[in-house]
Amino acid sequence: MSMLRDAIMQAFGEHVRFDHGLHPSSVATCLVSRDRFGEAAKVMKKAYALLAAEWAADETLLGRGYGVFACYRWGNEYLIVKTEVPSDDAWFPSLSRRFVPAFRFERQIMSLMGITPAGNPDVRPWIKFEDWPEDAWPLRKSFDAAQQMPRVRGEYPWTRAEGEGVYEIPVGPVHAGIIEPGHFRFQAVGEDVINLEERLGYVHKGIEKKFESLAWQDGVKLAGRVSGDTTVAHSIAYCRSLESMTGCPVPQRGHWLRALFLERERIANHLGDIGAICNDAAFAFMLYQLSRLKELLLRTNLRLFGHRFIMDRVIPGGVAVDIDPAGKREIFAEMELLHKEFERLVLIYDENPSLEDRVRDTGILKPAAARELCVVGVVARASGLNLDCRIFHPFPPYDRHDWMQLDVPVLISGDVHARAWVRIQEVRESFRIIRKILEDMPDGDISVPCAQPPADTTGFSAVEGWRGEIIYWLQSGPSGEVNRCMVRDPSGVNWLGLELAVLGNIVPDFPLCNKSFNQSYSGHDL
Amino acid sequence: MIRILRQIFRTGIVTEPLQLVVEEDISTVGTKLEEAIRKRFGRSLTIRQVDAGSCNGCELEIHAMNNPIYNCERFGIHFTASPRFADMLLVTGPVARNMEIALRRTYAATPSPKLVVAVGDCGCNGGIFGKSYASLGGIDAVIPVDVYIPGCPPSPTALLNGILRAIS
Repeated sequence: MSMLRDAIMQAFGEHVRFDHGLHPSSVATCLVSRDRFGEAAKVMKKAYALLAAEWAADETLLGRGYGVFACYRWGNEYLIVKTEVPSDDAWFPSLSRRFVPAFRFERQIMSLMGITPAGNPDVRPWIKFEDWPEDAWPLRKSFDAAQQMPRVRGEYPWTRAEGEGVYEIPVGPVHAGIIEPGHFRFQAVGEDVINLEERLGYVHKGIEKKFESLAWQDGVKLAGRVSGDTTVAHSIAYCRSLESMTGCPVPQRGHWLRALFLERERIANHLGDIGAICNDAAFAFMLYQLSRLKELLLRTNLRLFGHRFIMDRVIPGGVAVDIDPAGKREIFAEMELLHKEFERLVLIYDENPSLEDRVRDTGILKPAAARELCVVGVVARASGLNLDCRIFHPFPPYDRHDWMQLDVPVLISGDVHARAWVRIQEVRESFRIIRKILEDMPDGDISVPCAQPPADTTGFSAVEGWRGEIIYWLQSGPSGEVNRCMVRDPSGVNWLGLELAVLGNIVPDFPLCNKSFNQSYSGHDL
Repeated sequence: MIRILRQIFRTGIVTEPLQLVVEEDISTVGTKLEEAIRKRFGRSLTIRQVDAGSCNGCELEIHAMNNPIYNCERFGIHFTASPRFADMLLVTGPVARNMEIALRRTYAATPSPKLVVAVGDCGCNGGIFGKSYASLGGIDAVIPVDVYIPGCPPSPTALLNGILRAIS
């Protein structure tokens, strides 16, 4: 299908040019002039597309200015719209009027690349803190990544609420639990939250810039550490993007093992999340039971694949570790045990009225709002959006739909319960898929050498991690080196959903809402 | 309710004796840790965990220390919500530039005497992120560190062993 491609060709005619440097060829990049970049967004909105990501690349080494990119998604089609911006006149029209999440992507582009989004109502820096020098734009090629930046004086203008009885609760960056740092500011009246403002960027480690200094082969290690809990999915996404640029023929067995790792990662994290959601509703029993099951899974990972989180086992060209018949038997036995125990616990979850009282109708993200915010993954599926890269943008064996019969749970209530229940259904489904994968796994090599990509090409991949769709967009420079690596973790859009879902809830329910989203700070801040 | 009780009885006690990373008798380690905590901290060691910029892999393993299999509470180890009650800071890294001030403030808010344990390869020396405009490297680039626990991420057993090393 090429609904988006048709829509833009119809609206732009000869004013749109397709760029054939992007791989895989199923994803298209089209070039429009800068003044019509916003119009393209309007066409996409009319074609029911969602905005998947927006980013910029410094292409001065390639003899161009900056490139600003917007990636749209509809069904199984991705379309990247690019516009070129001259270096000495760095601005582009904002897309925030058409697509809400653009405002945050654009704040990031402005802060890290120094290109002004004209018409964006919120131009406060994002990730770049107020104590950075104003002209520090790390993603520009002229920026020296090794420098120690001086701290300057500055102030971050917070959103304020005024009136009788309005008070403010600042939380973080160092939180009460064992979690990552971020700052939340609530305005509340009595117990009701009337506004929540997030401020992230505390764990910004310069990952995107770091990629540019690494060899292609070494980048996968860094991709595996963008968000430690999603190490498998990030490694796969990086590798698939690189492999699409070089046309690397990954052996079938390599693909299937990746899928096995991906599903094991999904189960491990969902088990932890379901337990943690219950724990935040003061039902610690579930946390301890489920974390016990999670621990069993991690130990099997360590025994069979050499790492508890299967870190660094996905490499460009395939995977680094195989499974033997004894290992398969071990996983079959483990799946059986886990499944039985899990079903007992689900029954307890489902029958507990005090838990139900907390999780139902709490932290609602309505389907219409979810669509406006273009959220992805578990959050999207709990709010009525049928999105899953395993269906719409699959790699083998997910592309064998008739064989796999993947059942993607979609709920419409959008509350904490829906997000927990989507996870429960996905765990069940992953148990089933893992068995299927092990039964029918093809023989053969697990990896092939991956070549170096040619100069000035780009690669794209979208992989369904346990949180949701992860996008990698790679670009090679004039001598085939890494020119830009764009990472879009699901957290890049889903954090917006939390800001909306928590409105009208009572302050003590915030941890519960937050846990049901459980977004990555590191994956967002990069 | 009956289902909950049944599940609890069926599960039983799954906690395992702590294994020492360096060659020593398995059973002595747990008791050693407990003894050290009893003697030096009046039966409880209170830890404040600080993520100074990690990828959250180390946090997963610190969480796992609390699961019923490792059950760090049996040794009197508690995680506290405030640095003001803490005996020890368990810091994961690298130290992001944007977290430097928060880390310094947390350190200042912790009463002396205090122990600082750097967790993970990144906490020890910056790991794969190293030193850059956004990352200051290991924890000891910002606050003094008593014990280092390498690993990417270190296993829960390695973490418990590292904590034992810090207090003995």
